[in-house]
Amino acid sequence: MSGELPLSPEDVAEIVAILDGGAYERLEIRTTRFTLRIARDGGGWTQQWDWAEPEAKAAVAETAAAAAAVPEGLTAVHPPLPGTFYRAPQPGAPPFVEIGDAVGPDTVVAIIETMKLMNPVHAGAAGRVEAIMVDNAEAVEAGAVLMTIRPA
Amino acid sequence: MIRRLFIANRGEIALRVIRTARRLGLTTILAVSSADGESLPARLADETAPVDTYLDIGAMIAAAVAARADAIHPGYGFLSENAAFARAAVAAGIGFVGPDPATLDAMGDKLNARRIASAAGLPTVPGREGGYPLLIKAVAGGGGRGMKRVDREEEFAAAEALARSEALAAFGNSDVYVEKFIASGRHVEVQVLGDGSRAVHLGDRDCSIQRRFQKLVEEAPAPLIPDDKRDALRTAAVRLAEHLNYRGAGTVEFLVDADTFDFYFLEMNARIQVEHPVTEAVTGIDLVEQQLQLADGQPLSLTQDMIALDGHAIEVRINAEDPAADFRPSPGRVTRAAWPAGPGIRVDSHIADGGKVPPLYDSLIGKLIVSGADRAEAVARLGAALAALEIDGVASTAPLHRRIAADPRFVAGGVDTRFFEGFSHG
Repeated sequence: MSGELPLSPEDVAEIVAILDGGAYERLEIRTTRFTLRIARDGGGWTQQWDWAEPEAKAAVAETAAAAAAVPEGLTAVHPPLPGTFYRAPQPGAPPFVEIGDAVGPDTVVAIIETMKLMNPVHAGAAGRVEAIMVDNAEAVEAGAVLMTIRPA
Repeated sequence: MIRRLFIANRGEIALRVIRTARRLGLTTILAVSSADGESLPARLADETAPVDTYLDIGAMIAAAVAARADAIHPGYGFLSENAAFARAAVAAGIGFVGPDPATLDAMGDKLNARRIASAAGLPTVPGREGGYPLLIKAVAGGGGRGMKRVDREEEFAAAEALARSEALAAFGNSDVYVEKFIASGRHVEVQVLGDGSRAVHLGDRDCSIQRRFQKLVEEAPAPLIPDDKRDALRTAAVRLAEHLNYRGAGTVEFLVDADTFDFYFLEMNARIQVEHPVTEAVTGIDLVEQQLQLADGQPLSLTQDMIALDGHAIEVRINAEDPAADFRPSPGRVTRAAWPAGPGIRVDSHIADGGKVPPLYDSLIGKLIVSGADRAEAVARLGAALAALEIDGVASTAPLHRRIAADPRFVAGGVDTRFFEGFSHG
């Protein structure tokens, strides 16, 4: 976090207007804080900014948490998308399911909130809820195991 | 005098506010959640203040107080129209960049807003007495969240439960109300500014291209509206703002009959809107700067005569959603963000190469705004800009916008809110 904004949108438009009058195809401005690439792309121009600091670059390579091992004989319930896991339709409402409840493949067992949209999570198999691995309102990745089902 | 501006928001609007604040010589302090720690606005703000969520009033005010802020800009969404938040700011001796809490109360309850608009002489849409199909809307709502169309009585209860749950997640308030669904309508809105006694308009915008009540494309001015009806719309918006003694920037939304151009008041959004750049493009007025002046207690610096509308502007929202998979959200890391550039093109985005799109927040990753001397030029520029735009790493709505920009109905202009329905089915 630091001081000046490097170039305003008007500055970029002006640079493009200058380039557009000539034979240039691309321009790269590299500073310690950012890289800006302006390129002719078909009929138009694009601006591409790279603000990544070394630490942030490393973060790009972050590994997705390995999915927890699922004991043999059980079926895992995964979220349809990464997001926030909710056990009940609304705060204060009873949970969709409890451990030991019987479920069918289409039974809604939880909700995943992704980008403010509520996505139902289906059991995916008929059986009984064996375990619930994630706490209510916890953030989960796409490969996470939310629950396990012991098939009937 | 505002010197230290606290920004209680994230994403592109946080960056947008930082840009104007910086130009005006203000120091910016940005609230930053852990998911946004490495975001572009967090890097470009002068200072940052960690918060757990953008919805916690107490924590947000405490952070602003600790940062010795003079004023809080709430952006849009989150706490932007929350009267309790505005009151808490004022109680803490911090200016709120938005209307008075009493106005937020009046307009924030969408049902009450209809009554007030009616009292100010504006026509309104019938309620449940209008019969099915109808719309369930969040009382605290906006942006299509918590909004559901219901065609039959037996679907009502389920739709209401879903609407309540979305409303609660988006606004922290699960109250909903009901309005008759008008099939062939256009969504036209008027940008207003008021200083508590006088109000002016900055022209209208058409936001008829929507999917599930989420705006996809917005333009200014609204195409193909007869002059007398356009004047009446704008006058009605100013009348409501003055009736409210409105202070700040606001938008009065209308449903306009696509055939007769009769109009009905829908709601008033007491904040900066996502689509404000199209108004800025045709007026040359910085709306965030106006907001800051008005929040500072200054009288309107503009008279209606000073506001000249010139040319045409179109904005498309680039969301991290996959239009080929029923708009499935696509959070993740953007590996390459080649945004269009050049004359008549503005991009408001917080996403650059390596930018993170967390699953916690809405899916907007950037707005492409094009302008031209007339609509035809703006449409042509939009097509060229979209052809150049490239987002890698997450799915985006850019391919959808390319199809919209090439659609003959869009090119002709003046489509109604059913455009997208017909569009997606071929």
